[in-house]
Amino acid sequence: MRLRLERLLALIKKEFLALLKDPRSRGVIIFPPLLQTLMFGYAATFDIKEVPYVVYNEDHSEASRELLAGFRGSPYFRLVEVADRPGRIAELLDTEKAVLAVRIGPNFARNQERDEGVVQLIADGRNSNTAALALNYGSAIVQQYNEDRLDERGLKAPAVIISRSWYNENLRSRWFFVPGIVAMVTQVVTLLVTALSVAREREQGTFDQLLVTPYTPVDLIVGKAVPGFLIGLVEATVILLAAIFWFEVPFRGNLLVLYLGLILFLLSAVGVGLMISSLSATMQQGLLGTFIFLTPAMVLSGFATPVENMTPFVQSLTVVNPIKYILVIIREVFLKGSSTQLLVHQLWPLAVIGTCCLILAGWLFRRRIY
Amino acid sequence: MSDANHRGGSMMRLGGLLRKETRQILRDPSALVIALVMPVVLLLLFGYGVSLDARDVPVAVVMEDAGPEAATLLGRFQISKYFTPITVPTMRQAMELMDEGAVDGIVRMRSDFARQLLGGGDAPVQLVLDAVDANRAGQIRGYVNGIYQQWLAGYMEQRGQELKLPAEVRERMWFNETRRSQNSLVPGLLVLNMTLVGALLTALVMAREWERGTMEALLVTPVRVWEILVGKLLPYYVLGMAGMALSVLMSVFLFDVPLRGPMPLLAGGATLFLLAALGMGLLISVLTRNQFLAGQAAILATFLPAFFLSGLIFDLAGTPAFIQVISRFIPAYYFTGFVKTMFLVGAVWETIRYQLAALTAMAAFFLLLSYRKTRKRLE
Repeated sequence: MRLRLERLLALIKKEFLALLKDPRSRGVIIFPPLLQTLMFGYAATFDIKEVPYVVYNEDHSEASRELLAGFRGSPYFRLVEVADRPGRIAELLDTEKAVLAVRIGPNFARNQERDEGVVQLIADGRNSNTAALALNYGSAIVQQYNEDRLDERGLKAPAVIISRSWYNENLRSRWFFVPGIVAMVTQVVTLLVTALSVAREREQGTFDQLLVTPYTPVDLIVGKAVPGFLIGLVEATVILLAAIFWFEVPFRGNLLVLYLGLILFLLSAVGVGLMISSLSATMQQGLLGTFIFLTPAMVLSGFATPVENMTPFVQSLTVVNPIKYILVIIREVFLKGSSTQLLVHQLWPLAVIGTCCLILAGWLFRRRIY
Repeated sequence: MSDANHRGGSMMRLGGLLRKETRQILRDPSALVIALVMPVVLLLLFGYGVSLDARDVPVAVVMEDAGPEAATLLGRFQISKYFTPITVPTMRQAMELMDEGAVDGIVRMRSDFARQLLGGGDAPVQLVLDAVDANRAGQIRGYVNGIYQQWLAGYMEQRGQELKLPAEVRERMWFNETRRSQNSLVPGLLVLNMTLVGALLTALVMAREWERGTMEALLVTPVRVWEILVGKLLPYYVLGMAGMALSVLMSVFLFDVPLRGPMPLLAGGATLFLLAALGMGLLISVLTRNQFLAGQAAILATFLPAFFLSGLIFDLAGTPAFIQVISRFIPAYYFTGFVKTMFLVGAVWETIRYQLAALTAMAAFFLLLSYRKTRKRLE
């Protein structure tokens, strides 16, 4: 037994050496994940700021100027042009020089006395999310204008809804995305390390040599799994530190809960990687297999588009996606400070998926050998 | 005479190379899966499954006041396509539901709801949002406000006091009148699919040739360098364009995304982008000459930027300046803008000419550079 353990350690050591010996392959494990974390931490955001807008004002009244002052004072908008004819709106929106147009009709001030003045807000829908946000913030400015005017006239504005956003008061989307990147990058690195491990040996012909050693198939698969698992864990830790200290996302929960989730998640990440590895005869197939798994898994994880918005059938597909569960765990531990108890519905599926993946990988691996 | 001979020989050599390369693609199913099955899977997911628009959001409605006013407001939530309200009597129960993640928000109608509303007090309705997903929370807040405003207008009218606001907003979203996020996401998938074939697949295939030394073997034959490159790249070009045609057909006929620009121009832009992607794939393979590294580099330099730095999902206008600067060096950035404009707006010459010019320059740059690097490897 001791001998077997020693042999196993030697195998793990050899796997680590194979990964870390070559400076170029070592670099690949270290730099790209950090670069990805930094770049995507800044790039992944749904927040808008300084949306370029054009004004076409046919009503040269005090009232319209006051309304426009609201837009001018907003950090969300940046004036690009005061148009002198209505056709400019289409020109600027078509050419993406402006994303929002504010159009005030000719009798804006006069209509206010009898009925309502009309403000038209037109957004460029090429990016539907930005357009919807710009319309929302624009409407809020008009609403504020209304309240101020009614106030001036000594009228009571109708009661408004007081809203509060828990866990992320200012709705900063970076707080949502950066913790997600921990899961994403960890998944990519772990997969790449494990998915290619067997194929590389096959291609180089060293796999047959391994098979004639006293190692059992279980030894071999453990030897392949451990390095991927440990590298994934270290990688996750580094990105976690970046999320907390560089991006300053508040960490309100318990590190132990987070690591319990990460360990369970890594079991499935390693399992999937080894499955791909056993199925592929060449490194090329291994890499392509990684992609064939990774792309849909990313899309169906809730990383960028919420799982809740998916159609019921597609939502039921996400049940087997380990990334979906770890994303919830990381985000909730970060922002909500959720306990193990609250996250149990995320943790047990991860454990089940991880175990299944590893068993399946072991079975595929043995089948490939014999 | 000899010139004609030469040309004939060149065509023959090229023909042989093309046949060999095509067979190789057809023999390995994983390449075909990436080129043709993957685009279909992604399109189906984005077209049918994935969306940025919140629907049927579970919210807890706390009915501290059971009066008729509160009941009609609750009714508005019940008929709205945006919400699935769950009624609870106390705030504490609502907060428990939110902790469990069973609801994404709490709408609280205060016990003095009716009195506050009539007496002109403030905040008869409170909204608490679970803002772990900030974007979704923002959307939900917008929907709740919309429902409340509508209800309020109806309520005031019923009581004979018409709600007169100084200014009324009329919102319109051009180019995407129905406000479907699919309309802006699905065209962008072209970019992702063509990056996979053009850059990733090419980088891997070519890196293998370098790794195994078969590329050097080819280079010492009478075949010229450009013939080898054309022979290698043409099959992947055809594969990439086939994937594109498939994607466009599915977008238009299956998902009803409007295609407002002319198809030949779209194909022209796609060709430029594909050439740039092929050039990048080739360059990566020449520089790494190792499959593992080429795969990593292709993911890092082509696939992930196509996802994050192209404007496909995330609008770059909201990112820090340095991210915007980096994005300008990425072909996918120009192609994403081009594709969205071609689909949703039409051939707006003033915008797309810059995009086409940038794509042309990048395609030329990457192809020439990889050509030179390949030749140099030989010397």
